[in-house]
Amino acid sequence: MSNLFPNVEWDVMLTSTGQTLYMTAVAVIATFIIGLFLGLALFLTGKGNLWDNRFFNVLTAAIVNIFRSIPFIILIILLIPFTLFLVGSMLGANAALPALIIGAAPFYARMVEIALREVDKGVIEAAKSMGSSNTQIIFKVLIPESLPALISGITVTSIALVGYTAMAGVVGAGGLGDRAFLDGFQRSQNDVTFVATVIILIIVFLIQFIGDTITRRLDKR
Amino acid sequence: MITLDAVRKIFKTKDGPVNAVDQVDLSIEQGEIFGIIGYSGAGKSTLIRMLNMLERPTSGSVTVAGKDLSKLTKAELRKARQEISMIFQHFNLLWSRTVRENIAFPLEIAGIGKAERLKRVDELIKLVGLEGRGESYPSQLSGGQKQRVGIARALANNPKVLLCDEATSALDPKTTDSILNLLVEINEKLGLTIVLITHEMHVIRKICHRVAVMENGRVVEQGPVLDVFRHPSEEITKDFVKQVTEPEETTDLIKQLAFEKPQYKIVQLTFVGGKAEQPVITDVIRKFNVQINILQGKVSQTQKGAYGTLYIQLVGADREVSEAISYMNQQQVEVEVVSYE
Repeated sequence: MSNLFPNVEWDVMLTSTGQTLYMTAVAVIATFIIGLFLGLALFLTGKGNLWDNRFFNVLTAAIVNIFRSIPFIILIILLIPFTLFLVGSMLGANAALPALIIGAAPFYARMVEIALREVDKGVIEAAKSMGSSNTQIIFKVLIPESLPALISGITVTSIALVGYTAMAGVVGAGGLGDRAFLDGFQRSQNDVTFVATVIILIIVFLIQFIGDTITRRLDKR
Repeated sequence: MITLDAVRKIFKTKDGPVNAVDQVDLSIEQGEIFGIIGYSGAGKSTLIRMLNMLERPTSGSVTVAGKDLSKLTKAELRKARQEISMIFQHFNLLWSRTVRENIAFPLEIAGIGKAERLKRVDELIKLVGLEGRGESYPSQLSGGQKQRVGIARALANNPKVLLCDEATSALDPKTTDSILNLLVEINEKLGLTIVLITHEMHVIRKICHRVAVMENGRVVEQGPVLDVFRHPSEEITKDFVKQVTEPEETTDLIKQLAFEKPQYKIVQLTFVGGKAEQPVITDVIRKFNVQINILQGKVSQTQKGAYGTLYIQLVGADREVSEAISYMNQQQVEVEVVSYE
């Protein structure tokens, strides 16, 4: 092992993997909650929907589009003052979280909106005809009926987030991206870059596998 | 049970306002099966949606079970909707829920406790004949079974009114009949008022007590089903009645005969109720010197008795034929000389 990868320090690699997993996991959970909320707002304020409101719809759409359009590496830099205020430092995994979440949540929000739009209008009408309140329609119809699409959406977003953590690593957040760039690329230790990449690949495959399995279990159509 | 007073619905479209429903007055009695028939675009879908305020009328009032629906607050309307349930052409079941969970849905909405929900769902599954399918998902059911789930779901909160929005239009003829039988059974067993919209006269004939015919947003004709079948006054109603009484090929055949042998009269006889049993044809042949060709005949069963039509061609001298016709006119059948000029 040490002949094959002479420069790889396995305990450091393990810590970095832990940091990547930590950043991804926290960001995914926060993205899911904020994205779901934003996506519901986008959908419900849309024309002909439960809270049809042009002003809020345009406002939400504008916010989502702005943050979705900024390239992630630039977003990190733009958010430095905000991150310093919130976390108090630009170093470490926690410092990456604000940028990760603000970058991914609008992306997921659009997927949530698309998923909700796919819910059969007839089913919503049926729920209304039974005397459902809007809250009941959201929690008993919209979310359960779009759940497979919501889960496959968060799977895609999670994988994008793994990529983002690697970028965040470059600016000091730690994790596998940091290993691949600082130790691997800048010190010309190709074996380190290789191992870090393989571990990232394994994480991505695992996320995809888990996401697909859950989606398939949920989809009774 | 249901009263509509000068109800209008105007939709604003890019091409200007459209009168989907125009000054409709209707009164539907408790325990009645009331059918509304019309072609697509006649406004019947909008009309039935105003009976539970899925569409709000532009003007006029809709009163169901003593409540003026447009005057209710949001919360009161939600409560009122639990008594006015609806079934749909495309069933509109939640695919993420099993049959049992779908039927329990309106009970959850109404805030009924779990133990009672389970008990009620069992009763409903039995009522609609879905024993053993409780744990299936809608995707595993046939169209007829899905509509049974829809009906069970609609009955869950013991409604006073059941609205059927083209409930059998997506089903094959045999399944349609079984669903219609179920609706009649429910109507009789629970005393439920049923309002249905359809474009199939067959559905009206089979289960309705009264019918209203809609065209261009207006109710152009209404009355007891047998009366409307016997004396359709509007052109559109005659078209609908023909759907059940005469197949298209008959019309073609009669036209052909009338063209080839214009000297022989073709007569349409209409029998209603018990009168269908009188031997009118035999009498005519015995009493007059005419020959009778039977072209086509059909008897249909409605909720309020049988209804039959018979097309015959009278061959004979003019005098004999006209005497035969006036004789038939005195009997208890409706006689109409068919002409295609």
